[in-house]
Amino acid sequence: MPVHFFVPGPLRDFAEGRSRVDLEISPRTLAEALDALGAKYPGVARRVLDERGEVRPHVNLFVGPECVRFGEGLATPIPDDCEIAILPAVSGG
Amino acid sequence: MPKPPAVSPNPVTIRDRDIVLLVGTIKGAFLFRSDHARRKWEVGGPYFAGRSVYAMAYDGRAGRHRIWAAPKSLHWGAELCASDDFGRTWSRPEVPRIAFPESSGASLANIWQIEAGGDDEPDRLLCGVEPSALFESRDAGDSWSLNEGLWNHPHRPKWMPGGGGLCLHTILTNPVRPERLFIATSTGGVYRTDDGGRTWEARNRGIHAYFLKEKDPEFGQCVHKVVRHPAKPDRLFLQHHFGLYRSDDGGDSWRERKNGVPSDFGFAMAIHPRDPETVYIVPLQSDEFRCPPEGKLRVYRTRDGARSWKPLARGLPQKDCYDTILRDALSVDREDPAGVYFGTRDGRLYASRDEGESWSLVAEDLPAVTFVRAATVRARAKARARVPAAKPGGAERRRRKKAA
Repeated sequence: MPVHFFVPGPLRDFAEGRSRVDLEISPRTLAEALDALGAKYPGVARRVLDERGEVRPHVNLFVGPECVRFGEGLATPIPDDCEIAILPAVSGG
Repeated sequence: MPKPPAVSPNPVTIRDRDIVLLVGTIKGAFLFRSDHARRKWEVGGPYFAGRSVYAMAYDGRAGRHRIWAAPKSLHWGAELCASDDFGRTWSRPEVPRIAFPESSGASLANIWQIEAGGDDEPDRLLCGVEPSALFESRDAGDSWSLNEGLWNHPHRPKWMPGGGGLCLHTILTNPVRPERLFIATSTGGVYRTDDGGRTWEARNRGIHAYFLKEKDPEFGQCVHKVVRHPAKPDRLFLQHHFGLYRSDDGGDSWRERKNGVPSDFGFAMAIHPRDPETVYIVPLQSDEFRCPPEGKLRVYRTRDGARSWKPLARGLPQKDCYDTILRDALSVDREDPAGVYFGTRDGRLYASRDEGESWSLVAEDLPAVTFVRAATVRARAKARARVPAAKPGGAERRRRKKAA
């Protein structure tokens, strides 16, 4: 069952220019899905997560339509044929 | 998989003997270049547009022409990038070069300082980061390791962040005693190692911490910047959060040397390339206001080791100026007479090509300037930098002769 990642513009240099990455994996959680993404594209995963494996504070991850920040975070279950979107938060200065 | 270098727009062409200003801002980095005369400046950039850059460095050792920069994205974190062609292309590794080990429980917030080692160690680089820690590379920046001695220091958990964060912002090598190294962190103060970084001791005796209950603590001082001349590396000058200090014994003791400045609060400090007695500062009025005293933007210079300070104002705004100069936004080149440069939080870049006697505006409407460093580019065959001798250059000799 594939998992589809949406990769935002600033990170596409680290994903061979792709906005969408499909992985044939069956992760139980978002953390496992990001591990798989990091195995293929470490430059993407390493900028979504910090050294401690925590989601950076100004990055939002959506599993389907839901932002995991307000749910189970990296423990969010991943359903079949799911899209995981990586989006920069609306922040800046 | 290897990632191709990012190509940057608006490059500048650098020639032998050019002066290059590495300018970091909250919205990217710029390179300003001029020929040896330093009358006209050409600008390249912005590189890393939209990302803040608090640290850059030029590494001209061992035949290199490498510029380091530390862009930080609010979203994607901080990283260390390098250019070997003066900003046309920048290498950007997949996995950032500097990262805290898992055992530390920390994550990199920003990179505040990039310092090249001595000429006899052309592959050594040091980085000061936030949260306060020191990283070292022995392979010209390919790989980095956390200095465990400082990280495990019992004082570290008690260091408190200043306005800029808990940052290690100053690294001073010692060409005479390579095993000796100084760092400064806000707010922790000055620390020194005499065994190459295995052990560290606080070196803050005499620096008053007006903002703490105990006014003369062993550590906790809010040191803003420390400078030293490479030929006299145990004489240190220090800009504190209130207080100008000098140490003549490698930081074992400090004495106040504010002698005549309108405010002893400020951030930036820079030392002359040839004269270990000449230091530049930019005083700011109080730690609440942080603008030039009396609305007059003045650089102050001492020629006598901080026994006295002279204002340098010609060409700078002298009325209603509410600008601010941050800790790494002042720099001096190695020319004779020395060029002095500083950037402001209102996005102005000023230059003096006569040791600070007069100033001209090089650029305005830049993003807020966080960092300025001047470098002189040498042809590759002559690229090995030398530790400048502690003797006055031609301009200084003429000045002293005239004074005599």
